[in-house]
Amino acid sequence: MASVVEPGSVDEVATLLRDASRDGLAVIPRGGGTKLDWGRPPRRADLVLSTVRLDRVLEHAWGDMTATVEAGCTVARLQHALAEHGQRLACDPLWPERATIGGILAANDNGPLRARFGALRDLIIGVTLVLADGTVAKSGGKVVKNVAGYDLPKLATGSFGTLAVITQAVFRLHPLPHETRTLTFTAPRLEPLCELALAIQHSQLAFVSLQVRAGRSAEPGLDVGFEGTRAGLDSQQDELLRLAADVARVDPPAAVWRTREELWQGTDPAVVGTFSALPTDVRAFCTELRDACTAPSLDWRAVVQGLGVGHFRLEGATSDTLVTALQRLRAAAERRGGTLVVLRGSEDVKARFDVWGSPGDALPLFQRVKQQLDPGGTLSPGRFVGGL
Amino acid sequence: MDTRILDRFRAIVGGDGLLTEPEQLRTYECDGLTNFRVLPSAVVLPTSTEQVQAVVRVCHEARIPFVARGSGTGLSGGALPIEHGIVISLTRMNRILEVDISNARVVVEPGVLNLSVTQAVWPHYFYAPDPSSQQVCSIGGNVAENSGGAHCLKYGFTTTHVLGLEVVLPDGSLVHLGGPTLDRPGYDLCGVFVGSEGTLGIATKVILRVVRRPALIQTLLAAFHSTNEAGAAVSGIIAAGVLPAAIEMMDNLAIRAAEAAVHPNYPDCGGLLLVELDGPAAEVAALMVQVRAICTSCGAWEIRLAQSEEERAAVWKGRKAAFAAMGRISPNYIVQDGVIPRTALPEVMSEIERLSGQAGLRVANVFHAGDGNLHPLVLYDARIEGQEGRAERLAFSILELCVKAGGSITGEHGVGEEKKAFMPVMFAEPDLDTMQRVRCAFDPERLSNPTKVFPRPRLCAEKTGPYQPHPLETAGIAQLF
Repeated sequence: MASVVEPGSVDEVATLLRDASRDGLAVIPRGGGTKLDWGRPPRRADLVLSTVRLDRVLEHAWGDMTATVEAGCTVARLQHALAEHGQRLACDPLWPERATIGGILAANDNGPLRARFGALRDLIIGVTLVLADGTVAKSGGKVVKNVAGYDLPKLATGSFGTLAVITQAVFRLHPLPHETRTLTFTAPRLEPLCELALAIQHSQLAFVSLQVRAGRSAEPGLDVGFEGTRAGLDSQQDELLRLAADVARVDPPAAVWRTREELWQGTDPAVVGTFSALPTDVRAFCTELRDACTAPSLDWRAVVQGLGVGHFRLEGATSDTLVTALQRLRAAAERRGGTLVVLRGSEDVKARFDVWGSPGDALPLFQRVKQQLDPGGTLSPGRFVGGL
Repeated sequence: MDTRILDRFRAIVGGDGLLTEPEQLRTYECDGLTNFRVLPSAVVLPTSTEQVQAVVRVCHEARIPFVARGSGTGLSGGALPIEHGIVISLTRMNRILEVDISNARVVVEPGVLNLSVTQAVWPHYFYAPDPSSQQVCSIGGNVAENSGGAHCLKYGFTTTHVLGLEVVLPDGSLVHLGGPTLDRPGYDLCGVFVGSEGTLGIATKVILRVVRRPALIQTLLAAFHSTNEAGAAVSGIIAAGVLPAAIEMMDNLAIRAAEAAVHPNYPDCGGLLLVELDGPAAEVAALMVQVRAICTSCGAWEIRLAQSEEERAAVWKGRKAAFAAMGRISPNYIVQDGVIPRTALPEVMSEIERLSGQAGLRVANVFHAGDGNLHPLVLYDARIEGQEGRAERLAFSILELCVKAGGSITGEHGVGEEKKAFMPVMFAEPDLDTMQRVRCAFDPERLSNPTKVFPRPRLCAEKTGPYQPHPLETAGIAQLF
């Protein structure tokens, strides 16, 4: 059983890591614990380093639209603080009430707003990292535009706690929208909705988010989100309705932009995964998803962003059937140049299916980066792609 | 350079792909920053990824440092050759390999010019990063420098638009970073590579994202009595929750230079703002009313609105020509590229004025005002004894000022040769050391543009761990430089 430590300062994080490295202990960084089971189970876990006490919003430079925040601050708390000056971090990750800034960065969890504001990699402008040997390193800065030195904020984003502990991040912010509007469409079949999603992306509509929802037992849906002035929204709505003449408009479901979270609810055995595809291949992947689940009679659901990143849930039957379906889906994704990753799944599934898939020819380079920053393999050993 | 090595290069790229005559090499002795010059031992001009790999392998075997070069428009000496090293010019790798409009992606070789990407997807799409040199600068160079431009305020930098890279590593091996789809499993080394200034390898193929052209683009030109008034308008616009596609500012000296060079017919004022809004027509119209009101309330005494493509081009012409225009009012000038938090603009401006008076040199100011990126242009006459040195010192004290204000020494031009000595002003030793550990993962032998960006090279064989001076350093055998 791993013990949990809760350092209260960057210096304490540094001391803990240095000592753990010296003693050969494996350390698992932890934020809100909402995504701790994503990826492979680490080979070893001696110490869980919780950022729970590093939870301050250190600076909100609202005139400059930047904020510096400690890693353990939850997304919701940060947003609450920023809203006092009419601003926000323009991202909508899973479970914002519990998920922390460090956690969403490490897991690179981006929501649908990415369509307009970019992913976390585009919003983070500075980072403080503590390496396994206790080195405290800053990279980036507090200004939006800055090309001095390597972009280590991007290296840390999506590194799943295997390179360093993120203790602070600096973000560029955006204003809260004047008004927002969501239009939802449905059709008996998925195809016309996928066509519409592509047509919207090819149009001059300035949507901020766009997602396709599909599943075995639900009518498929397409949600399009807008922000702006009343006049701007009215005219965009008119234009969208012209494009959407062949499908039915319905009221958006409750908490429409959080429907991704529902993929984590249901009965076991189940897996939750993510895939990437070219936008024009989203339809083909969803068809494959449906077909792969027909014969073994698996339940499935998916929420796919227009940009070509989606989450899915497969549910029911046995680990065997889940693994078979996953293999088929990964082959389908990779055939078209995409990827498939399993986030949540039973130990059994994760033992039999490489959750990350092939990292391609860059794996030796990944290994050298890991070797340079964490030569002793202290941080989350084995959790990431290729056994990193 | 050893003729056997040259023969090997010749065997790879052919006789017309190898330059060794001093008068040929002179073309490559500097980039857009002309006060640093080094003659390379040779220049090779490969035409394919395989040739780049083969050339780099020879360099790796013989431990010859190399510098990759695109169009050579960089402003920080990033493509400055290394003594006894070679330059690998990518200008012959200039094919657009794939245009996939339905997925808004374009695959290019590094020698393709920035503007050619937009031309390939026009009229419905465009390539957003638009450095002022966009007609001549190459995508490979943009990737190395993480180039910005006026429109990155809304659209982001080169790094936002690079989805994937094919890279020849400094040992000649080939890797693919990122890819055609998003969020590929693994470290975001594509994000690390972009902006690494040629120190991690050579990009030989680039997957770019292009952007749908907005329905309406309008550019407002507003004349103020001072840059402070114009700066207040910028803050007002941002505070109102408007995110323009671009906000540019010029001071009087910059306006006069632009007028002399390309006659953009700007009003003769103390501070000029260009504010560009784009998006759906009704949204742009609504926000433009707001922007106009904010400008007026901050003291704008003349406002013009450019709507047609021609009118907009005329308004932008003066801004994009601003650097070159300095030649009309001064024999020599140094361009700087500091960044400050936007709110620090008034103090920083008055401090620049004070420093300029103290040095007895004029400073013209051109800003990407929306994101606080300053381009002070220090004017001097190299023929006058001592002026160049004074100008350099003034330029550097302006950078120090930017860092003190919480900013950066470079927003888009890169550190290169010019500003590497300034990195410790911004970063502590462990910060730089951590970046260099990443460099060691890519280039342990330090062959790829080895003397740039960092004030002091890390010896990659050093035991990793918290920064400690190298034994050679302590013994006085190796030196910091």
